[in-house]
Amino acid sequence: MHTKTFPNTIAELAAGLRAGEFTSVELTQHYLDRIQQLDSQYNSFITVTPELALQQAAAADTRLAAGDAPLLCGIPIAHKDLFCTAGIKTSCGSKMLDNFVPPYSATIVENYQRDGAVMLGKLNMDEFAMGSSNENSFYGPAKNPWDTERVPGGSSGGSAAAVAAQLAVATTASDTGGSIRQPASLCGLTGIKPTYGRASRYGMVAFASSLDQAGVITRSAEDAAIMLNTLASYDPKDSTSIDREVPDYTTDLGDDLNGLKIGVPKEYFEAGLDADTEKAVRNALAEYEKLGAELVEITLPHTHLAVPAYYVIAPAEASANLSRFDGVRYGYRCEDPQDLMDLYTRSRAEGFGQEVKQRIMVGAYALSAGYYDAYYKKAQQVRRLIKKDFVDAFEKVDVIMGPTCPNPAFKLGEKTADPVAMYLEDIYTISTNLAGLPGMSIPAGFSSGLPVGLQITGNYFDEAHMLNIAHRFQQVTDWHKQMPAEVQS
Amino acid sequence: MSIEQKDIAKVATLARLAISTEEIDDTTDRINKVLNLVDQLQAADTDSIAPMAHPLDAVQRLRADSVTETNNRDGFQAIAPATEDGLYLVPKVID
Repeated sequence: MHTKTFPNTIAELAAGLRAGEFTSVELTQHYLDRIQQLDSQYNSFITVTPELALQQAAAADTRLAAGDAPLLCGIPIAHKDLFCTAGIKTSCGSKMLDNFVPPYSATIVENYQRDGAVMLGKLNMDEFAMGSSNENSFYGPAKNPWDTERVPGGSSGGSAAAVAAQLAVATTASDTGGSIRQPASLCGLTGIKPTYGRASRYGMVAFASSLDQAGVITRSAEDAAIMLNTLASYDPKDSTSIDREVPDYTTDLGDDLNGLKIGVPKEYFEAGLDADTEKAVRNALAEYEKLGAELVEITLPHTHLAVPAYYVIAPAEASANLSRFDGVRYGYRCEDPQDLMDLYTRSRAEGFGQEVKQRIMVGAYALSAGYYDAYYKKAQQVRRLIKKDFVDAFEKVDVIMGPTCPNPAFKLGEKTADPVAMYLEDIYTISTNLAGLPGMSIPAGFSSGLPVGLQITGNYFDEAHMLNIAHRFQQVTDWHKQMPAEVQS
Repeated sequence: MSIEQKDIAKVATLARLAISTEEIDDTTDRINKVLNLVDQLQAADTDSIAPMAHPLDAVQRLRADSVTETNNRDGFQAIAPATEDGLYLVPKVID
């Protein structure tokens, strides 16, 4: 391993690169060495791209030397393996796409290339982003660097494990029902899912199109702001992308929080919440009071219907989206198909894992003749009620806070037998996606030695304010600086 | 609502998923657990509530009817399981 030591936030690294303390090539080699030596413990990468990374790093060094390079120039990051990368395998954690090398890149991947970020590789995830533990990956589960017998969360488990183990400075991820916030919480990191439509979905393999949103996992709110500056854009290629100016998310990070009204939903502190998780979250809220904020108890009365509504809407959309995987144009094809129907059904049965097939079937059932009104229409109506809960709450408060997850990281295999037990992991995060709101998780303490996350839900397009709120907390606490004992830079 | 094994086989066909007789038991059991969870929706009062498809109630944008994509047939066919003369090959459909 390199003898040189490096700081581990984008903000510090960007300063170091500009001061000539190290080059991007040195920094990138340092991360590549770490991945090679340590990732067998964490399984956070599906594909590592050392040659490309070093080329990009050399180009970044040239750009830095010329001056006027973007803040991310030369910083080693990695992408969740559902963002298409031209010429580089994009598996989505599935056997179905194990041989898929896309001929084009996702818009967000191009955004990071434009700004000079160095891509180290592609990250492990639950197959087609369906899961809350990364155990549904065709490539085996990623492990939590705080305790490798535990899950890193999911579906962006690799995105979180890689940052927690210092195998990447920051990572991209995606969040359909909590897939950024839950792993960030379980791995002691900062994660943000912006407002639906804020980041392009073009080239992001679709799971549930009305819920999917790209975001980032980082070590701090400041780093998240820097990453979001590049991630967010209006994209004509994504018909749900919102044409709205992207602010500089770093500008207001330091604003003071006097008079901030924080809504605390009583439904997020009911039965099922781990006692030490609650304690950590309450302490964090008390810290916000010291910063000048006021806590307001609020109610989100339809919270208990969020998980049931989600498990109609997401599988219904998935069953439609995943119908494109038919063994004809790309992806897995079964051996010796007897006829076209055999080609379709066997390629899909062999190419998809259990959870994915199960969700496709639930979705097909919910959309089938005679059941549409009882399931899909009902769920879409409940979705509006859930959104209305938030709209009402935001008339009284600026931001909503509570736990990100009901418990800290659980053991591998602990929740695989019962799908519903796994689904309830996302009980506090899912309603944010149904409403399309931005959501964030920041480290707020520990329960039994494992990280606890504080969830911050903001109003539509209020990401800059949320990052400011998170940053001020991180200026007076050091939870986000804690690292697993075994992970040393 | 719950689903029976014979319906699982039908749904699998609709979804173009081959399912073996050994898998049906466990699949039925797991899907019924999900349907049981989802049934909580039935208790919600949704009279006169419009279904919500998009969080911001956005509508599909229109664009000028002009060509924006470049031809990348070779690129797309390079990753296909089987092609010939620029066509995708599948088992014989019509005798």
